[in-house]
Amino acid sequence: MAASNIEVWQTGTVVETEAVTAETRRLVLSQSQPKKAEPGSHIDVMVTINGERQRRSYSVVDSSEDGLRVAISVFRAPQSRGGSVFMQGLNVGDQLEITQPLQNFPLRVGAPRYVLLAGGIGITAMLNMARVLRNIKADYTLVYAGRSRAAMAYLPQLEALHGDALHVHVDDEGTALKVDALLAGVDADTELYMCGPIRLMDAVKRGWDARGLSVPNLRYETFGNSGWFDPEEFVVRVPRLGVETTVGSGESMLEALEGAGVDMMFDCRKGECGLCEVRLLGLEGAVDHRDVFYSERQQHAAAKMCCCVSRAVSSGTGARKDPAGGRAVVTIDV
Amino acid sequence: MTAMMQSVSSTTNKVLGYPLNAWYVAAWDHEVTRKPMSRRIADRPLALYRTEDGKAVALADACWHRLAPLSMGKTLGKDEIQCPYHGIVYNSAGRCVSMPAQETINPSATVPSFPVVERYRYVWVWLGDATQADPTLIPDMHQMSSEEWAGDGETIFAPCNYQLVLDNLMDLTHEEFVHSSSIGQDELSESDFKVTQDGNTVTVSRWMLDIDAPPFWLKNMRDKFPGFEGKVDRWQIITFQSPSTINIDVGVAKAGTGAPEGDRSQGVNGFVMNTISPESAKTCHYFWAFMRNYRLDSQLITTQLRKGVHGVFGEDEAMLKAQQEAIDANPDYEFYNLNIDAGGMWVRRLIERQLTAEGRLIPTV
Ligand SMILES: Cc1cc2nc3c(=O)[nH]c(=O)nc-3n(C[C@H](O)[C@H](O)[C@H](O)COP(=O)(O)OP(=O)(O)OC[C@H]3O[C@@H](n4cnc5c(N)ncnc54)[C@H](O)[C@@H]3O)c2cc1C
Ligand code: FES
Ligand code: FES
Ligand SMILES: [Fe+2]
Repeated sequence: MAASNIEVWQTGTVVETEAVTAETRRLVLSQSQPKKAEPGSHIDVMVTINGERQRRSYSVVDSSEDGLRVAISVFRAPQSRGGSVFMQGLNVGDQLEITQPLQNFPLRVGAPRYVLLAGGIGITAMLNMARVLRNIKADYTLVYAGRSRAAMAYLPQLEALHGDALHVHVDDEGTALKVDALLAGVDADTELYMCGPIRLMDAVKRGWDARGLSVPNLRYETFGNSGWFDPEEFVVRVPRLGVETTVGSGESMLEALEGAGVDMMFDCRKGECGLCEVRLLGLEGAVDHRDVFYSERQQHAAAKMCCCVSRAVSSGTGARKDPAGGRAVVTIDV
Repeated sequence: MTAMMQSVSSTTNKVLGYPLNAWYVAAWDHEVTRKPMSRRIADRPLALYRTEDGKAVALADACWHRLAPLSMGKTLGKDEIQCPYHGIVYNSAGRCVSMPAQETINPSATVPSFPVVERYRYVWVWLGDATQADPTLIPDMHQMSSEEWAGDGETIFAPCNYQLVLDNLMDLTHEEFVHSSSIGQDELSESDFKVTQDGNTVTVSRWMLDIDAPPFWLKNMRDKFPGFEGKVDRWQIITFQSPSTINIDVGVAKAGTGAPEGDRSQGVNGFVMNTISPESAKTCHYFWAFMRNYRLDSQLITTQLRKGVHGVFGEDEAMLKAQQEAIDANPDYEFYNLNIDAGGMWVRRLIERQLTAEGRLIPTV
């Protein structure tokens, strides 16, 4: 609800670009209507994909004191529909439509202890928070997990700034993050803020609940785009409307249904609000629930799904079926 | 934008903005209870309540869902408050802990929770950048909760810009005209005064030597020195602490007994404690108390003083209301400044520096 969620669109001009890793590019944008970014905030941007305007979100990694400049960092998403590719192609002087910083992930000042957990590009949401916690001399740990050091954005800067408060876990060095070990060090007063791939966040949520830790002390932001399985093409049928359409691996089920002329309700488009809910009448394959709206029980029941992010896959074991084995098919009502 | 940022405002803005990175009193300690209450401070509606452990909490008074006022809801459990509309429950940090209509909790469901400190019988809130909310920045009002002082006070809801109240308190020559029946006397506007400032505080001191005590002070002298007659030395030492607290050290002592040199033993001393919290551009909550350092055990004197000051401040309230109305009715007329406004002008200068530092100098008209 915080006032900063009023969307104010403005022009952003690229004033600096820098490759922070092979796959991640830092962009500094000047705001035509300057506003300082609070820790945890992001901007929405309009990208152009195949001539079509689409919206994407990027966490603000730092901003100047006067709010004139905000910096974001864009990771080249492996199955990109084109948004991150467009963003990475921007050059100094290019202009695009951006919002003033929006806040859905506020940092609360005053907790006795903090753990910030970042997986991969999720570090972008944590950089500003960690800096503020350090400035106010809070008791905090920044846990940063990634595939390889080379792929981990801002690592040298974080090491220099946070010293021992930074705990690094690197898969290819055999120091991969162990969620159980992490949570064993968390007590009832600790607030944990996290952003990262859905598998990591699901594991933390499950461990958090299992330990009976306070639910509101676990804070997270979803980037709304990662799943348990790689996206596959699948078929969706809406018998009541006589609709059958294919959901390509590069589009969401919501987009495909809209494309087929179905009047759909939605709001967040990132699996939080539950407004895009559809009822499952039949399923060949398995559902890859990518939302945070349903409880685990509800996801297991597979009676409903959030079609903005969740998908169908041909095999629930993750082992992709032989393409000849056929695509998943979901039959739904909306 | 650049044009806006460069816009200058003189220190005589009729409606002055308020700094946000500051502690403001939201309520008296006794006002905040387990039953939520609503109060707007610095244009932010707040829901104030206490946890089971007695800790005061200030949340934005608008539910995340459909903005229903949380202050109309009820407290639950250890530290929670439930929205009166669809039942979302928040904890004292403003985090949703229960969404009745679903099995999970939307991760964005929060309402702002503002830093709160309870001190000097007041509940203070910080509405600006929470990372700067340092409790040591709370103005010194220690007389409010010291064993060496006794007294009580009230709140005036003043229908004027908060700066008009600060102006009123920084220049007490108005007493001669507004408060002629209680504390006013001719010597007030005739006597000399001294103004000093150090960047955070402004002090205006005035001594009136060998004068008759006005009725309010004669009564106080007689409470301490039964049957007192004769001339007094009277003082008013006004201290402003940014952005909106003014403590006034006031008193009289038997004339010539050394009060100006520091020996106040032959006199009576009070502190008028004032702290003003802007509500909107043209309304404010004016919290005041009168503390004394003699006859500490007399509840009778505490009550008499509270009632007496209530009467005096009622006269100010009427003037401030009329002044704001006249300001609004005459938008094309400006203020003029006199020598007697020096204290008030320094106050404006300090507040404007703070507004500039926050990038908010543009007056809220
Ligand atoms: C609040 C917020 C903050 C964010 N901050 C950052 C940030 O700081 N840096 C950053 O790089 N990104 C960030 N993101 C993600 C970003 O908005 C984009 O989603 C990302 O850049 C990928 O966009 P894309 O168009 O390139 O790829 P997409 O086409 O969106 O593909 C990205 C991933 O989504 C999956 N995917 C592809 N198609 C679908 C589909 N139809 N349905 C569901 N999933 C699909 C794929 O697994 C793929 O790996 C943030 C997102 C949110 C909501
Ligand atoms: S639109 Fe919000 S969960 Fe799908
Ligand atoms: S408005 Fe508060 S729960 Fe709906
Ligand atoms: Fe007065």
